[in-house]
Amino acid sequence: MAYVAVKGGERAIDAAHAWLAAERRGDTAVPELETAQIREQLGRAVDRVMAEGSLYDPDLAALAIKQAQGDLIEAGFLLRALRTTLPRFGVSLPIETETMRLARRISAIFKDLPGGQVLGPTYDYTHRLLDFSLAANGTQATAPEAEARDEAAPRVPDILGREGLLEADGASAAEPFDLTRAPLTFPASRDARLQGLARGDEGFLLGLGYSTQRGYGNNHPFVGELRVGEVDVEIVPPELGFSVCIGTVELTECQMVNQFAGSKTQPAQFTRGYGLAFGHAERRAMAMALVDRALRAEELGEARTAPAQDAEFVLSTCDNVEATGFVEHLKLPHYVDFQSELETIRRLRGNTGKPATSLPEAAG
Amino acid sequence: MADHILAHPGFADPVHDAQSSFRALLQALARPGTLHAVAAPPDPPAPLSPATAAVLLTLVDSDAPVHLAGPFALLAPWVAFHTGSGEAAADGAAFVLADALPEFAALPTGSDEIPEASATVILQVPALKGGPPLILRGPGIETMQEFAPLGLPGDFVARWAANRRLYPRGIDLVLCAGDRIAGLPRSTTVTEWR
Amino acid sequence: MKGYNFAYLDEQTKRMLRRALLKAVAIPGHQIPFGAREMPLPYGWGTGGIQVTASVIGRGDTLKVIDQGADDTTNAVSIRRFFAKTAGVRTTTRTAEATVIQTRHRIPETPLTDAQIIVYQVPQPEPLYKLEPSRTETRRMHALADYGAMHVKLYEQVARYGQIAISYDYPVMVNGRHLMAPSPIPAFDNPKMHRMKALQLFGAGREKRIYAVPPYTEVVSLDFEDYPFRAGRAPHACALCGDTASYLDEVVTDDRGGRMFVCSDTNHCATRRERAA
Repeated sequence: MAYVAVKGGERAIDAAHAWLAAERRGDTAVPELETAQIREQLGRAVDRVMAEGSLYDPDLAALAIKQAQGDLIEAGFLLRALRTTLPRFGVSLPIETETMRLARRISAIFKDLPGGQVLGPTYDYTHRLLDFSLAANGTQATAPEAEARDEAAPRVPDILGREGLLEADGASAAEPFDLTRAPLTFPASRDARLQGLARGDEGFLLGLGYSTQRGYGNNHPFVGELRVGEVDVEIVPPELGFSVCIGTVELTECQMVNQFAGSKTQPAQFTRGYGLAFGHAERRAMAMALVDRALRAEELGEARTAPAQDAEFVLSTCDNVEATGFVEHLKLPHYVDFQSELETIRRLRGNTGKPATSLPEAAG
Repeated sequence: MADHILAHPGFADPVHDAQSSFRALLQALARPGTLHAVAAPPDPPAPLSPATAAVLLTLVDSDAPVHLAGPFALLAPWVAFHTGSGEAAADGAAFVLADALPEFAALPTGSDEIPEASATVILQVPALKGGPPLILRGPGIETMQEFAPLGLPGDFVARWAANRRLYPRGIDLVLCAGDRIAGLPRSTTVTEWR
Repeated sequence: MKGYNFAYLDEQTKRMLRRALLKAVAIPGHQIPFGAREMPLPYGWGTGGIQVTASVIGRGDTLKVIDQGADDTTNAVSIRRFFAKTAGVRTTTRTAEATVIQTRHRIPETPLTDAQIIVYQVPQPEPLYKLEPSRTETRRMHALADYGAMHVKLYEQVARYGQIAISYDYPVMVNGRHLMAPSPIPAFDNPKMHRMKALQLFGAGREKRIYAVPPYTEVVSLDFEDYPFRAGRAPHACALCGDTASYLDEVVTDDRGGRMFVCSDTNHCATRRERAA
């Protein structure tokens, strides 16, 4: 092989991008996907991308999914990269999930409760049989409608809280930490932890949450309430001085009621784990609530023994944009470092660069 | 006051003037005691020197507030308008603007774990040369660097030595005169010329 | 580039980075946490270096980007294009012409001057992380200059292998105070950091840390008196330019053990060949 110093990186990149675009489009005999189809028909994917991309915009999330060929981590990364370039016009008021227009609301700890159990659109009781009629298209799905119940649906923890059986939530007037603008340092406050979890990788959160159920930091969880629905987002423009609604977001909120804590001076109380996610994302919200509770071990005087209880481990590892970047960066050339390792290992073997064929057999 | 704010604009070219002023600051702190010209705003309000105004516009904002000491206190509206910085108390400031060296003990000097949580003092002086000569040694200096600004207190060498002893904690100093700046990072050792 | 600020980052983000850089210069080798932003390139692919370069670079600069010492490796091309597009700056492959050099894994062979800034892409800024994964704990170790564990690690290597066996990212002591990761440059490059005339800036985007080494600063590779630091290179001459002192890549030329050695610094090699021609 005649060796010439490698050239052509620029041309290779251009050609690779062109190939990628062609591969993305696939067989042109098949109609091109419209982003509206993704938004309407792949809603759960859109929701995951919005959560992990830290940006509520179903249309852009659908575009990102299309651009990423359905690679949801890549799509979330696209949203994040856009998000950092967006100007900040203001800060919303805290959203009020109590006033959520509920699509679904269940509590596992009461048979019935004010506002009722609302089953809503769920896969929970579907039989997981492939529905071949979907492959044929043309489904005209219509759902039966009923009158909305004109009844308040207070958040279940508030019902328990009135009796003092559940710890009060940590309300704070302080300006919350902003993970998108400041580096996370440890020990991390709960607001910082919740932000990290809210955009953490769903699979990672699920695995960690599951690990607590398998004894690695068990916290005896009950689903106090899981609710899904739309909530208004309000801001107070300084020139107006009162709040105006600027839109709505669909959210999933999970309130776990966990193992009680107490002491001689403090009456026993259940403790909380909290999960909140953009869109309809029950698995994510529940896993987040389990991990949130696990991360409170130290604050609640429990021994910190399990991975899910180690805030630095969890929060430094849960971000899939960071994780995928670093895992995949191993594809970048490392031949300079590898060469230095080669020289070191040859030196250790007392052999300096003779042809490999003459190297002694590797030990062991 | 609004007239005053608008009569003395910020950078003529906010993006590129801030960049070039930052490079001057970076070089000034990386090469202690050497003088660097900044891209100054056209007509800064008195008593700000062009260099001092450029340093403020380059570094200060709502995330890194400045404490305006002495005669600079009057400039709070101008600083707020052009940088977004509110007024900070000396002991909570990221930057302290002064025309007389403040007592370092009154300013944040960071902790051993977070030594960067300390104040940078922006000191406006009459001139960066012509004063009593000092000898600087330390990172950024090949062997030694002469530095002779006007306007430092008579006990500066002792006060700086006390600051140096806190290392890695400590105060960093940016001196401004005319359209020039010089830096004295906490890592620099200062002695009198003998 | 339309719709984006000069050098991509908004001015507030640049100010945040610039303040961190000035602190980094004031405390050589100390890692400063900063609010790293998501960049349009993935974490681990140079986002820290890119953010540092973006906050430093101006219209008058000439940028060189290398990866593994080469200007033409795909990631170097990608980053150079990013700045050509977002900042419209002049780019070069010639080390001597550059005012800002962004690098991954190498320091150019041509000695840098006091008119240059070198920006290192850093995957793992914490030199102690293999000994202590908790950054809460390593921060405390840096505060106390408690670096005994690193010396123990080196000593264990001497006991096991008869020498220190770290080949790259070889830890250095900066200004006699802070233990620092030089980024994964080969140990061969470590001596170039010592009292370098150029300002050295380090950016770790994913780990959200910035650090710096001012010009002429002491940068000492850890070692023992009886086991001094050794900078290794392949004991060959470059097959293209004949250099016997530069750092070499080993290129496999067939599947029968054939190989050749060529300069890792492509500009250095090309310049030598131009001169010889």
